[in-house]
Amino acid sequence: MSLVIALKQISESVRTRVGGKAHALSRMAASGLHVPDAFSITTDAYERYVDATGLRERILLELHRKDFKDMRWEEIWDAALRIRNMFLKTAVPKELSGILKEAIESFFSESSVVVRSSAPGEDSAKASFAGLHESYVNVRGADRVLEHVQKVWASLWSDAALLYRQELGLDVEKSSMAVLVQEIVAGERSGVVFGKNPNDPSQAVIEAVYGLNQGLVDGAVEPDRWLLDRESGRVITHTAGRRDKLGVPSQDGVRFDQLDEGRSRRNPLSEDEIGLVFALAREAEDLFGTPQDVEWTFLGEVLYALQARPITKPSSRSLEDERPWYLSLRRGFENLKSLRRKIEDELIPAMVEESSRLARQDLSALSDAALADEIARREAIHDKWVKVYWRDFIPFAHGTRLFGQVYNDTVLPADPYEFVDLLGDTEMVSVSRNRNLEDMAVMVRENPGLRDLLDQKRFSALDEGFLKKLDDFVERFEDLSCGTNQCFQGRETIVQVVLEMASGAPREREGRLKETASLRRAFLSHFQGAEREEAEELLDLARTSYRLRDDDNIYLGKIEGQLTAAVQEGRRRLRGKFSSVEDFSAKDVVQALRNPAYVPPLREAPERKEAGFEVKPRQLVGQPAGPGVSKGMARVILEPEDLLDFKSGEILVCDALDPNMTFVVPLASGIIERRGGMLIHGAIIAREYGLPCVTGIPDATVLIRTGDIITLDGYLGIAVIERRGEI
Amino acid sequence: MDDDLKLKRTLEDLLQSQKLAVLATHKAGRPYTSLVAFASTEDLKQLIFATTRSTRKYANLIQDPRVALLIDNRSNQDSDIHAAAAVTATGEADEVPVAERKGLEHIYLAKHPHLKDFVSSPSCALIRIKANTYYLVRKFQHVLELHVKP
Repeated sequence: MSLVIALKQISESVRTRVGGKAHALSRMAASGLHVPDAFSITTDAYERYVDATGLRERILLELHRKDFKDMRWEEIWDAALRIRNMFLKTAVPKELSGILKEAIESFFSESSVVVRSSAPGEDSAKASFAGLHESYVNVRGADRVLEHVQKVWASLWSDAALLYRQELGLDVEKSSMAVLVQEIVAGERSGVVFGKNPNDPSQAVIEAVYGLNQGLVDGAVEPDRWLLDRESGRVITHTAGRRDKLGVPSQDGVRFDQLDEGRSRRNPLSEDEIGLVFALAREAEDLFGTPQDVEWTFLGEVLYALQARPITKPSSRSLEDERPWYLSLRRGFENLKSLRRKIEDELIPAMVEESSRLARQDLSALSDAALADEIARREAIHDKWVKVYWRDFIPFAHGTRLFGQVYNDTVLPADPYEFVDLLGDTEMVSVSRNRNLEDMAVMVRENPGLRDLLDQKRFSALDEGFLKKLDDFVERFEDLSCGTNQCFQGRETIVQVVLEMASGAPREREGRLKETASLRRAFLSHFQGAEREEAEELLDLARTSYRLRDDDNIYLGKIEGQLTAAVQEGRRRLRGKFSSVEDFSAKDVVQALRNPAYVPPLREAPERKEAGFEVKPRQLVGQPAGPGVSKGMARVILEPEDLLDFKSGEILVCDALDPNMTFVVPLASGIIERRGGMLIHGAIIAREYGLPCVTGIPDATVLIRTGDIITLDGYLGIAVIERRGEI
Repeated sequence: MDDDLKLKRTLEDLLQSQKLAVLATHKAGRPYTSLVAFASTEDLKQLIFATTRSTRKYANLIQDPRVALLIDNRSNQDSDIHAAAAVTATGEADEVPVAERKGLEHIYLAKHPHLKDFVSSPSCALIRIKANTYYLVRKFQHVLELHVKP
């Protein structure tokens, strides 16, 4: 068993221990191609690390909390983040780190290297995916290199790798990771050549940029592109790139500089050089027997091959496969900044305008046919905004994650979600709404006379101060809660919530601001100069992203509320005709309004078989999403009207906590959500109020019933059902 | 419900795949555990094991029939924490009456044929536990209760 193998010593027999990438480079070197000097840290080193530190079982425990098929992307991201933090926080045992550092020093002493993943199986012909595991360019010194080796090890379990686990052949029980430590070749021109165009088998493709090809690989720099005839190597077309930036090695990593005028006017490759790069692709294909995708760079006149892997056909992408969309969410900083401007300056104002325009319309004045048209129109409007939400808002929410990763890499916190606390004091719409409700509750608590008047609904007798607050609230947050079936509007609903709030003890919100300020200082103290400015900018972006994660739902909720209002008007008109009108979908309502003879289809109940057991949950496992322990009665929210029964001290159990439901959160002693994730609304609002929260319990609203007595452990992510309720 | 049927199958798989279980009895409030070779009836409502009448476990369960039985599929490796499943059955134990002995003994010996001589001995009692509740634990701390319907 050898932990380290030099590139020259790699043979077929160690292929599965050095990974496909290292193996391919060793063959290219042996055949006389220029390849940077390198050595492999074999899978034996990975195995020794995870066994000696107990990480192996910790990873398995994390990945077995829940079946993959039941996990949402956000939960997979969360699991990957927690695993990555385990690697960052778990030192390499002394003996192993001694061996690895000695190898790094004897191969490269103090010169810069590239630390590349080389997972066994990753580059096999069956499955070739770029970018599912990490690689780091320009790392110097044994300690820093070893840190990056740990990050590459961790990327065996990256969110992308977990999403493509089947195609990758990732086996949570067996998979392992090798690392290639490669001398950096700081080429002046770099790129990628595809021996065969995946979209046209008669062609080859060359892409080239000035500087390192890091910019090309992660999309920061747009390349020049040549399509070539695969047989003759003749250039068919050439498309120039933007040629505005180039990647250069900086102190630690890669920096993007402005490209000077002279070079921005010149093609990065001459005709002869295009021929050389094409020849490289052919040689690699001859060597491996299948068309290759080769990363290359020119250092002076010498053409180096940096890595090669087989080209696979883009997997026949079914429409249901949304993973490419998910991976497209990993946007760069620049992209997120422009998205932010679009959202703040265009989209949100347009949403606000849309919902108030709809609100001004008098639905009761419409004929039945016109109302049906209006419902259909509002459905289309709502659909349009839902699409915008997926296209722009969700990717923007990814800014929070980008920051989270930077924060964790920099600060190495014990809690991988500490960064959320740094984002939390931004004023979310739902929090300010709840504060207004709490203000009114304080007035009621202090004034028993006021309580009596409200109990008796004698609004005309209310004093002006309270009435003004109430009406301001009604005006500002006209729809307290909107669901798919109805909205609660007007004074009475709000008064009911205020009275319930006033019946409990006033809730102190934690002294969050101070904590946030010190976290912020500690984070920024790791950066100097231009890097510090960038860190501040990233933090600011993340805070906006975090705040909008909440607000965008509220604005979308308002538009949904207007759709619901129209559907409700339709239901009201049909009530005399159908007893089941409350179960009608919007489509049923439209049909019934248009066609007096319409009868909605019957929905059959599924047949049930008897198992001979009555099943009760005792202890359910989810994700810990808000620390703390509380005990209380469960209130399961299936319909928006269930919220009106919410009592102080109860534990809120729901499928997905919608920002429009959060007005009861100040009353709750804990939150359980079926939908999983750390950055979903329920988790955010729970952290904001310091409530224990567990998310991602499958079937939570089915297994738990209103009235059950629950102990919620927000530290470990467990809900214990102590006693079944009688309700 | 279909999910309940799936759970029943999980329980069935666990009970059938395991040969041994840990029996808990007590004497004057002091707990006592024993390893027993067990079998289960098809409806999972009864669990059977054999013991001679001179054992502590026999004396204890005659005194107080309330017992528990732990069945699990651990392999005594670290991986058990995420991979093992365990079930605790609680119920009332008694010696199988003569009228029912033949049927239950058949089930028991089908699973443990090598215990034929032992079970046939006049000094050996066949014990059945009428299960009230199964507490099924998976994924380290996911716990469901299956209450046997009368």
